[in-house]
Amino acid sequence: MKYLDEFRSADLVQNLLRAIRSAVTRPWTIMEICGGQTHSILRFGLDELLPREITLVHGPGCPVCVTPVELLDAAGRLARMPGVVLCTFGDMLRVPGTLGDLFQARAEGGDVRIVQAPSDAVRMAQRNPDRHVVWFAVGFETTAPATALAVKQARMLGLENFSVLLAHVRVPPAVEAILSSPSNRVQGFLAAGHVCTVMGTAEYEQLARRFRVPIVVTGFEPCDILEGVLHCVRQLEAGRHEVENVYNRVVRSEGNRQAQALMAEVFRPVDLTWRGIGSLPGGGLAFTAEYERFDALRRFDGACDDLARTPLPEGNGANREGECIAALVLQGIRKPNDCPAFAVRCTPETPLGAPMVSSEGACAAYYRYRHGQAASLTVTSP
Amino acid sequence: MCLAVPGRIVSIQGHDLDRTGRVRFGSVVREVNLSCVPEADVGDYVLVHVGFAISRVNEAEAERILEHWRQMGEEPQPEGATP
Ligand code: SF4
Repeated sequence: MKYLDEFRSADLVQNLLRAIRSAVTRPWTIMEICGGQTHSILRFGLDELLPREITLVHGPGCPVCVTPVELLDAAGRLARMPGVVLCTFGDMLRVPGTLGDLFQARAEGGDVRIVQAPSDAVRMAQRNPDRHVVWFAVGFETTAPATALAVKQARMLGLENFSVLLAHVRVPPAVEAILSSPSNRVQGFLAAGHVCTVMGTAEYEQLARRFRVPIVVTGFEPCDILEGVLHCVRQLEAGRHEVENVYNRVVRSEGNRQAQALMAEVFRPVDLTWRGIGSLPGGGLAFTAEYERFDALRRFDGACDDLARTPLPEGNGANREGECIAALVLQGIRKPNDCPAFAVRCTPETPLGAPMVSSEGACAAYYRYRHGQAASLTVTSP
Repeated sequence: MCLAVPGRIVSIQGHDLDRTGRVRFGSVVREVNLSCVPEADVGDYVLVHVGFAISRVNEAEAERILEHWRQMGEEPQPEGATP
C-alpha cells in the first residue's frame, strides 16, 4: 500500500543502517515509547540489525497494558448488569482483572461487543433505545479525539442510553515518570508519532530541556524507526538534547488543532494510576463539567468504588499478578524474555499479564516474532 | 492501539462534525470521519485511526525523505566517518 511499502524497503534500510553505524561510537540506550513501534521493531527484527552499541528498550506505550485493574473490573461489573451493552476494542477482552477477563463476563451472561470505532457504539445506542450502551474507551491521545467526537455526537442526538467508561491515558506524564526514576537507564526517546500527530511536540520540548534528553518524533515503518534512531544517536554523540520531528509527513509541530479543540471541550487531565507504572499526575482524562453526564461511573454509581478508595501502591501493580514482571517490562527495566514465565507459563493463549495479551504488548511481540518468524522487508527498490 | 493507516479519499459528504468520506485502503473502501482534517480533499491521502482521520499526509514530505534515504546510498560512507 502507498505510504507503507516504500517505507519498508530493504535497500533504504541498509542505507540507514550504514549511516547509524558510522554515527555511533559508544553504547546508547534508547526507548521507543509506543507499543506499535515495539511491534514493528520485533516484527522486522530491527533491534538485531542495529549496531551492538545501541540498545532499544520498550516503553509503556500500550494502552491495553496500562489500563488500571480497577477500570477493567468496573468494565466487568458494567457488562454483567442487565440491560447494559459494553463495547470496546477486541484486545481488551482477554486482559486479566481481579474478576477474570471480559470473555468471562460474557460467559456469565454479560453483553460485551467488539467494535472498530467509538462512533460504532453511538450507532448501537441509537439502534437499541431499550439498552444502555457503555463505550469502554481505551487509548492514548491518538484515540481520545474519536471518543470526544462520539460523545459530542451522542449529545447532539439527545441519546440518554449512552455513556463512557473513560480509560484514556496521556503519554507525557509517563515519560516524565520514567526519566525521574532512580533506576532509569534511558538516554534518548523515540516519541510516539501518532500521539504527536494529534498533540504536536510542545509537551516534549519541556521534557527534553528539563531532563537533557533527546526526543525524536518517529513513525512506525522500518525506515521511519531507523531514521528516529539515527537522529537520536547523532544528538547523543554530539551531546545535544532537542526535540526533532522525523515523521513530518503527518506530524506538524502544532499537532492537529481541531482534534485538540474536541478533546479540550470534552476532557480534562486527571491523575491516574497506570497498571505497572504507578500513580501519574495528569496521566488520565476525565470529563469536563459540561459532559459529566456521559461518565459511566456516575451513571452506574458503585461500579468502580475501589478506584477511588484503594489506589494501587506507587510503581507497583505487579504484586497482585504473582510472578508477572510486567511493571519492570513497561518501564524498560527488563525485557520480556527476562521473565521466568515468558513462553513457559505465559503465552498469548494463557496470558499472565496484559503485555502478553495486547497485540502491542512487548511480551506478545517477543512471543510472536522471537518464537516465530520475523517479517521480511520489501526487496524491490522503490 | 495507535495503529493508523494511510488511505486515499474517494468522496466527501456532510459538514462540521458530520464531515465524512469514503476512503480507499488498498482494495478496501471505508467510511471515515473527516471533521478534523478540513484541509483534506478528494484525492488526498489521510492517516486514519479508529474510523477517524487524524492528519492529511504531506506527499511532498514523504517524497523528500524517501529521496534523502536513496541518496544516502550514493554517498561514500567510509568506516567511522561522522556524517
Ligand atoms: S511474559 Fe507474561 S508473566 Fe512475564 S512479564 Fe510478560 S505478561 Fe507478565
